[in-house]
Amino acid sequence: MLAAEALVLPGRLRGVALNLRAGEVTAICGPNGAGKSSLLSCLAGLLAPASGAVTLDAASLSGMHPEARARALGYLPQTPEVAWDVSVTTLAGLGRLPWRTSAAEDAAAVEAALMALDLPTFADRPVSQLSGGERARALLARVLAGTPRWLLADEPLANLDLAHQLALLGHLRACAGQGMGVVLVLHDLALAMNHADRVVVLEQGTLAADGPPELALAEPVLEQVWGVTTRWLGEPGARALAV
Amino acid sequence: MTRPIAMLLAALALALPLSLLAGRVWIDPTAPLGPEASLILAELRLPRAVLAVLLGAGLGASGAAMQGYLRNPLADPGLFGIAPGAALGAVLSFWTGWASTGWALSAFALLGAAGAMLLLTLIAGRQGGVVLFTLAGMMIASLAGALMSLAISLSPTPFAMSEIVTWLMGALTDRSWREVWIAAPLTLAGIAVLQMAGRGLDALTLGEAAARSLGLDPRRLQVLLVLGVGLTVGGGVAVAGIIGFVGLMVPHFVRPFTDGRPSRLILPSALAGALLVLVADCLCRVLPLAGGELRLGIALSLLGAPFFLHLLLRLRRELV
Repeated sequence: MLAAEALVLPGRLRGVALNLRAGEVTAICGPNGAGKSSLLSCLAGLLAPASGAVTLDAASLSGMHPEARARALGYLPQTPEVAWDVSVTTLAGLGRLPWRTSAAEDAAAVEAALMALDLPTFADRPVSQLSGGERARALLARVLAGTPRWLLADEPLANLDLAHQLALLGHLRACAGQGMGVVLVLHDLALAMNHADRVVVLEQGTLAADGPPELALAEPVLEQVWGVTTRWLGEPGARALAV
Repeated sequence: MTRPIAMLLAALALALPLSLLAGRVWIDPTAPLGPEASLILAELRLPRAVLAVLLGAGLGASGAAMQGYLRNPLADPGLFGIAPGAALGAVLSFWTGWASTGWALSAFALLGAAGAMLLLTLIAGRQGGVVLFTLAGMMIASLAGALMSLAISLSPTPFAMSEIVTWLMGALTDRSWREVWIAAPLTLAGIAVLQMAGRGLDALTLGEAAARSLGLDPRRLQVLLVLGVGLTVGGGVAVAGIIGFVGLMVPHFVRPFTDGRPSRLILPSALAGALLVLVADCLCRVLPLAGGELRLGIALSLLGAPFFLHLLLRLRRELV
């Protein structure tokens, strides 16, 4: 279990407490400046809270060796960067850095990650020659090659068209199906409603709602947090938001 | 051993003996060595060639590491301000008159490099941010440059001024085994330290946040970089003056033959840097130039400036 206990980050988080479960897709939603990325960075151990703590299976994240933490928590930043024009295989191989395992083990993990994301045909292609959707999958493959128990991704669907968003969500769902904890910062409330098991709504650094999507993203919550009158249309699992 | 490393080692193995033959006095490899030729080889050409290899290796490796650290193909070891710091130390040795006494020039230059490294580490602080670090390096470089200009303008004698200016141009002329013994341990230790930074540089390929999520300790990486660049560049400046552009150019020649990870670039860049400086120094010796030998620092700047322009134009095309 990945847990946040009364996290405080001055100006960003004001006492957020959460218990996240493995095997679930959790979406973190909220208006701009609500503290979504800050919360994800704290959960990934990249930001130290002024008070409160993040624990992984009851062990404090701040007390863990950075490489042990990196082996457990895979993190995909909001604007992923690849400074050098490496191949997809080399990019995925960077996810193995915290492991210090043999080349054969690393190659097997990279191959498995590329397979999981339908990337073997792109294995030798330079990152600069990938489309937006292929690049997003390659960046996710980098995280999966590290075989983390948790995947924390900050707006992984940004800049992707609908088909690629759904494909990537399918891959993330498959990860959760294999027992991985998947935590996503999402701006698209309909995607969160239809694809998350649980939604955490932040408002000005505090927890406004936390629970199944139907409750956490209920119309009164949207009105209170986003200040917009909305109505959910359609059936569960295929809902659309009318504003 | 990877293919680029093997090829570069073979090229060096070929170029090194050939470089010993070239110079104002050409040595015929088929003729028996006379006492004069033996003396030229043992006391002039060989230490100079070894020094060229060491200097180029240090600059190449630190250039590759710097580009990896700053994630910028235009980065150069001079950006950290360590080379200007070492040069300032050397200039002060001329200014005070100590330069003519034994090891003093190199010692002053190394102290200058150490001072710049210390200042850089203190200014950058504990957080280890790349931007702050780079700006600190640029500030130190411009401060050292200003102090050097001040020292030149206040030179006690015209002779000292001429010595300073000539030395700053960078050269391997008249260097002996003494300079080799200064540069060798520093350069080799520096390259080893930079090689230790390889994993951290690989992680930085993904940006600072992702690198930290992969377990990177930014402060440790920064210390390794300062130490590695300080030892290689500081050692190089201490024996040869300022030699620019090698660290900028060499990683570009080597990168297409690697998988693009900074860690895989350090050793091949060291070897390619060694080859470049060895060949350039050889050309400096044989070019017929009125008034003496072309200074190595000038020759490499003449090569490097158009190369830098080529890189800029290529980047501009990619940005359009």
